[in-house]
Amino acid sequence: MSVPTTQRPTGTETATGRLGDITLLPDGIPKVTGDFAYSSDLWMDDMLWGVTLRSPHPRARVRSIDIGAALATAGVTAVLTHEDVPGSKYYGLEIADQPVLAVDEVRYTGEPVAIVAADHPETARRAAAKIVVDYEVLDPITDSRAAMSPDSPLVHATPTQDHYPGGGNILRHVRIRRGDPTLTADVVVTGEYDVGMQDQAFLGPESGLAVPAEDGGVDLFIATQWLHVDQRQVAESLGLPEDKVRLSLAGVGGAFGAREDVSMQIHACLLALRTNKPIKMVYSREESFYGHVHRHPATMRYEHGANRDGTLVYVKCEVVLDGGAYASSSPAVVSNAASFAVGPYNCDNVLIDGYILYTNNPPCGAMRGFGAVQVCFGHESQMDKLAAALGIDPVELRIHNAMAEGSLMPTGQVVEGAAPVAELLRRVKDAPLPAAAPTDSYDLRALPGGVSNTTHGEGVRRGVGYAVGFKNVGYSEGFDDFSTARVRLEVVGGELVATVHTAAAEVGQGLITVMAQIARTELGVEQVINQPADTSIGTAGSTSASRQTYCTGGAVQAACEAVRDGILAMASARGLSVEGAALRDGKIVAADGAAVASVADLLGEEIVEETREFHHRPTEPLTRDLGAPGDIGQGAAHLQFAFAAHRVVADVDVELGLVRLVEVTTAQDVGKALNPLSVVGQIQGGTTQGIGLALMEEIQVKDGKIRNPSFTDYLIPTILDTPPMQVQVLELGDPHAPYGLRGVGEPPTISSTPAVVSALRAATGRPLTRVPVRPEHITGT
Amino acid sequence: MRLTFDVNGVGQQADDVWPGESLLYVLRERMGLPGTKNACEQGECGSCSVYLDGTLVCACLVAAPQAQGRAVRTVEGLATDSAGGLDHIQQAFVETGAVQCGFCTPGLIMATDDLLANTPTPSDAEIREALAGNLCRCTGYEKILDAVRLAASRRTEVTP
Repeated sequence: MSVPTTQRPTGTETATGRLGDITLLPDGIPKVTGDFAYSSDLWMDDMLWGVTLRSPHPRARVRSIDIGAALATAGVTAVLTHEDVPGSKYYGLEIADQPVLAVDEVRYTGEPVAIVAADHPETARRAAAKIVVDYEVLDPITDSRAAMSPDSPLVHATPTQDHYPGGGNILRHVRIRRGDPTLTADVVVTGEYDVGMQDQAFLGPESGLAVPAEDGGVDLFIATQWLHVDQRQVAESLGLPEDKVRLSLAGVGGAFGAREDVSMQIHACLLALRTNKPIKMVYSREESFYGHVHRHPATMRYEHGANRDGTLVYVKCEVVLDGGAYASSSPAVVSNAASFAVGPYNCDNVLIDGYILYTNNPPCGAMRGFGAVQVCFGHESQMDKLAAALGIDPVELRIHNAMAEGSLMPTGQVVEGAAPVAELLRRVKDAPLPAAAPTDSYDLRALPGGVSNTTHGEGVRRGVGYAVGFKNVGYSEGFDDFSTARVRLEVVGGELVATVHTAAAEVGQGLITVMAQIARTELGVEQVINQPADTSIGTAGSTSASRQTYCTGGAVQAACEAVRDGILAMASARGLSVEGAALRDGKIVAADGAAVASVADLLGEEIVEETREFHHRPTEPLTRDLGAPGDIGQGAAHLQFAFAAHRVVADVDVELGLVRLVEVTTAQDVGKALNPLSVVGQIQGGTTQGIGLALMEEIQVKDGKIRNPSFTDYLIPTILDTPPMQVQVLELGDPHAPYGLRGVGEPPTISSTPAVVSALRAATGRPLTRVPVRPEHITGT
Repeated sequence: MRLTFDVNGVGQQADDVWPGESLLYVLRERMGLPGTKNACEQGECGSCSVYLDGTLVCACLVAAPQAQGRAVRTVEGLATDSAGGLDHIQQAFVETGAVQCGFCTPGLIMATDDLLANTPTPSDAEIREALAGNLCRCTGYEKILDAVRLAASRRTEVTP
């Protein structure tokens, strides 16, 4: 069955589009021919291969490391341990608590202990296996709720507590109180919900090439989400000034949060500087599961109180996130989980406690949705449960309580601009439903279990479920979040050419396409060259938090405006009247539409180049005084909110616990679709990652060890698991944002998970309080 | 060992090949053809799909010595017959937005080529069945279906 999306290319698509046009990706062509150079494709004549020796234990003291046999292996050039780290032996995105190479203790299974350089990857692997590490194995701390106890042993002997108030293994406790949560209500529903550990599962493995430079520095070609935050951490650990550590973006095979933290960056540079040879490092898929942070598993307790008419009176929530061994971006993730714990609903009385813990489990950090995903499963499950208790239609209950422009967040922040929660819900509800399954015939491929031939329709029930969610766009809580862009306009070979240079990471989302669209639109030029991203220009901030088109788009726009002003000033100096003029189709066009001059003629040999920073509006830290009376955890912490709603139709074999999704419908407000092709692609892809969390994706950790570090055992949706998708794009415009845009990437991942589970509940009548849902949860056996 | 085989119609030789190497490693690291991708290296993701004597295989599951004397065709060899630089499948993937990060793309294009060679006008169910061994993490597959449908329609126009 084929369900068209609303933004399918119509034949007007172009590789030279302006803002709002369906615009093809300029990097699409090298990607289909195999010519696109990903970070794992790089190669130099005299390069060596680097590999990592990792801890087999989740918690152990390191008594000694003997590298003798490894170093004596033919073909091996270097074997390094923590003693060879010349600068900071610890690194981290927010808190430098993670050893570059284990110092005296390992805190998770897979923690890097030593690194090896050799002339063949297999030689390096075999040499690494000869390194003898004497471990004193300790009992791991693996239960996040038990780790909260003051009596629990500590993962870190001196945990970071000054930066964020906590205690023991609590890395951060976010406490939000507003109104009077001691009120009573006509109807009260409580629930406990769990979310498993999800992996970003990008396809392009962690990899890169570090090349030693003559000035004693190093050039690193790397797949990352934020070049400058890598540069800072690499330079600190190498003990080099940042200008001696130059990063260039290599092709990025997906990111989804997993490339926010450093993986092999410091290791490759250490080996390159030690051997004075280029070092290539490429993780295998198994190593990749140890080599990056994951989505935090969560346990949540909720209590919702409502009046008989469905109006929420109060919401109480406790969410506990397992941060694993090191901090990564956990402090920000728990802040988000607390901020969005109630969902996009009005409620004046809230009591929220978000905890994030150190344990000896794999470190967790950023993944698409960033804390909002876990709590969305909690609050949407609660809304379904409340609707059932009240006997109200679950969509109507949501609409009755829906946040709108001017609503207050639990943090007291006023929601500015469009907050179309009710409209998004109505749209997915009103979309036509797929046809019922035929009763007189069957196609195995359309049934749960597929061609495994597990049913011919008997025991199959159809369910329909809904969910809505939201999250912040951009970095929050007072962070000075900004990007830098340089734009040059010149005549090359008789043609007007704009060159755009930023350090922003294109990770497949289509950023460089949008940057070129902005330049074409602002400068009236056809030819735009995207200069490769590197650290020779100021930071662009991270390709995270659905912020890159907002921030780097804003910087490119600002730089283009400065270039345009420069052109108009040149024209004015030559006596032309340019009052209110714009640049269009290679010409200066007056306010009345008349062409004043050709920009190419005006420029001649001259070049106009401008660099601008775009800082988004300031945000506020949440109030943190745990002892203060009254409302706390308050503040306008977030820049912008982005909303999406889903409807899922599922066929469920209630006897075998198998699921086949029939269709997913998504409605999302994107403010302004700068490239409709990429916007729809983001929504479809994000929705699918949420489907994965609902039905199959979980890193299984037992006793601190990952049991399924492979694509054989960690399942992500295939084309057979992914249903046809309807996408409805709203463009309601945010007056504060560049071009009115709203971040797109994350919202579709947030509400698709609870919508799937809601559909399964409708089909089975079971509570289904944990994701991913397993067959035995569906059958109740 | 010395490996002699045909890659994209050209005879090739690789020396000092460690017999434990995969065909994928030889293509990527010894032949300078990194278009065939290395996402899982255990036959689950399809990103290293190539033709081996005309049969679609995962290059990561073929030991280098198994390629001795045989013919391999990779994504780099797909468009050699066409004037515009892209074959109709590659063109369809670009036009429909089926490419995001692109890491799965070469494998999907090879699998699509194999599908359309055997089933020129596939139904959606047939497309899903044929591409079930190719993982994509970015797109949600919807635009990949669009690409295959478009490529099939053009192929039908060209060779009725």
